[in-house]
Amino acid sequence: MDGYSISELWSILVMQGFSGLSLFSVLLLMALGLAIIFGQMGVINMAHGEFMTIGAYTIYLFSKVTEQYFPSLMPYYFLVAIFAAFAIAFAVGYLVEYSLIRHLYKRPLDTLLATWGLSLIMQQIFRSVFGAREVSATLPDWLMGSWQPTPDIDIPLNGLFVMGISIAVTIAVVLFLYRSNWGLKVRATTQNRIMAGSVGINTKKVDRITFAVGCGIAGIAGASFTTIASTGPTSGSLYIVDTFLVVVFGGAGSIIGTVSSAFSIAQAQSILTFFLTNAMGKVVTLMTIIIILMMRPEGLFTSKVRK
Amino acid sequence: MSSKKPMVPSTDSCASAGLSMRKVALAVAGTLLFAAAGSALAATPPTSQVNTTHLAVTDNEIIVGQLHSSTGTMAISETGSIEAERLAIDQINASGGVLGRKIKIIQEDGASDWPTFAEKAKKLLEENHVAAIFGCWTSASRKAVLPVLERDNGLLYYPTFYEGLEQSKNVIYTGQEATQQVFAGLDWVAKTKHAKTFYLIGSDYIWPRTTMKLARKYIETVLHGKVVGEEYAALGSTGFGSTINKIRLKKPDVIYAAVVGGSNVSWFKQLKAAGITGKNHTLLTLSVTEDEVKGIGGENLTGFYSAMKYFQSLDTPRNKEFVKQFKAKFGADAPIGDVTQAAYEGPWIWKAAVEKAGSFDTDKVVKAEETGSISIDAPEGMVYLESNHHLKTRLRIGEWRSDGQADIVYTSDYIMPNPFPKGY
Repeated sequence: MDGYSISELWSILVMQGFSGLSLFSVLLLMALGLAIIFGQMGVINMAHGEFMTIGAYTIYLFSKVTEQYFPSLMPYYFLVAIFAAFAIAFAVGYLVEYSLIRHLYKRPLDTLLATWGLSLIMQQIFRSVFGAREVSATLPDWLMGSWQPTPDIDIPLNGLFVMGISIAVTIAVVLFLYRSNWGLKVRATTQNRIMAGSVGINTKKVDRITFAVGCGIAGIAGASFTTIASTGPTSGSLYIVDTFLVVVFGGAGSIIGTVSSAFSIAQAQSILTFFLTNAMGKVVTLMTIIIILMMRPEGLFTSKVRK
Repeated sequence: MSSKKPMVPSTDSCASAGLSMRKVALAVAGTLLFAAAGSALAATPPTSQVNTTHLAVTDNEIIVGQLHSSTGTMAISETGSIEAERLAIDQINASGGVLGRKIKIIQEDGASDWPTFAEKAKKLLEENHVAAIFGCWTSASRKAVLPVLERDNGLLYYPTFYEGLEQSKNVIYTGQEATQQVFAGLDWVAKTKHAKTFYLIGSDYIWPRTTMKLARKYIETVLHGKVVGEEYAALGSTGFGSTINKIRLKKPDVIYAAVVGGSNVSWFKQLKAAGITGKNHTLLTLSVTEDEVKGIGGENLTGFYSAMKYFQSLDTPRNKEFVKQFKAKFGADAPIGDVTQAAYEGPWIWKAAVEKAGSFDTDKVVKAEETGSISIDAPEGMVYLESNHHLKTRLRIGEWRSDGQADIVYTSDYIMPNPFPKGY
């Protein structure tokens, strides 16, 4: 590499490392909600992207309302809006589970079709309510621009923010699943529904809450992605493929699998994109994933569930 | 068209005026209107004369089709075109219609799906016998509709700037073909920014690839500059971190971009977050109009440049009038981008051609269009329809402001359309 000083190359290395970590947190955040819904419940939720869009539009609405009525609160609205995004996506998820999903637990392939239909319906609702054009939430200043530890290094603030949210949500999910009473019931239901029911667990209620929590997490993901990506009726569909990829590659039903799969996909993609072209980076990553999945059809980490 | 400014119906707001006075005034107005209608009818040529090919023409009505995606991914982009064509048609109707006939629209939804476009075009032509179709947006949808148009001898007015390399008898292209958008813009940036090195980035499909091919050749052979990177991102890809780092490493004088759709938003948000802004880098894009700015956010674009033939901020009386009419109909928030304006030109060009031909028959209309003598006073300024079915227009460079509007910093001379550039 002629023509570059050591410090320049070092800066690029640091920023490239960060860009890989940043992609990792994006993938992880996308996949966490689905890891719960698909991994724990076995529901193939094709509308996952649309629950993310709900989160994104929540941010948009909060930003508009704050801008209009409480301009002095602009720096803070985002934090409140993220909780609202969770709450709204949770509520919609709860409703969807009650009216649609619960009738389909015995027919997993039908959930695929039903939720795909649901995703189309939701897209059209977004289009009718918010218009077909993309919208843009006004972000608080502290979320924009970059942090410069040295004059050559720019660390994107929104990347740091997404990373923070991603870590917080992961910890929350792990605590929820492995340290809470609810988590115990969820895991019991996943492992053996009949037994769980016979020891007094209300499995229907567990299903409902689990699905809604997964949707709520998608809402948080969508909300934080407004800082780095688009908000439009079909924005959610941009994520759905990557989301499933991460969950399936990691091994359904394993949070540690989801984390490591998101990490390896992100790093591979980020490094390959740097040295190859954007498209080729993606191609090589996908090829590798396919080969690995051929050898390990259950994914990187498999949970030992009695089938 | 310049002589027939569309009439804006005025609303009678003076409620306090004496009723009898108003009655008298109304009666007078009514009589005048009736007289005007009578003379218009007298000038209307008989249907048998203007329609020899079984089009949907009656003595007082002509049916046209509108074929865009109002659902699906592309609805984001095509909404503006739908609105603009409707506005133009309403205005034409308000000023007396075409050959004395009011235009009626049958709108079909291509649903962002190319086979659906072909099917709906077939329906419009074979069942509805429309005289013209205003529609399509992506090249893919146009290519899908093309065989149907050619078989049924339909007529399509296509609004989007596109890659060129096409000229169908059955299509009028009101957007720029690639040479009209690329060369003048590169000239400008090379001259004013003393740019020698370029980084090309686009979405991975035919329009950016063809455009970048033209750009690369022009940069290397005419500007004697250097392309230090050329890269295509998959449609819908949202991560640009590594690409941005590569750009940093290569330090190009100009980033030349044609990223589209949702990726476009990610691209600009992440550029801004990585500290690449109009203050420290020159970025010229071919894919940002006022429509896209709404999704990207003006604050992420400040100081970057777009190469387009039209910007909403264009400061001419004709454009101000157009912007006012558009906003009155579709709301003060509705953005007007380059393609929206080009879509607005479609119905007016069709009207001019039909009147010149004195007929709705496709062959006669196309013949009138190919004379190269049709011009209209569009919001962007006078445009001239050349015999190769494309418009002779100018290119403008806009510098984006944080409020989502652009300052026009450069306007080229008129550029002849050249859909088949030699040596490219």
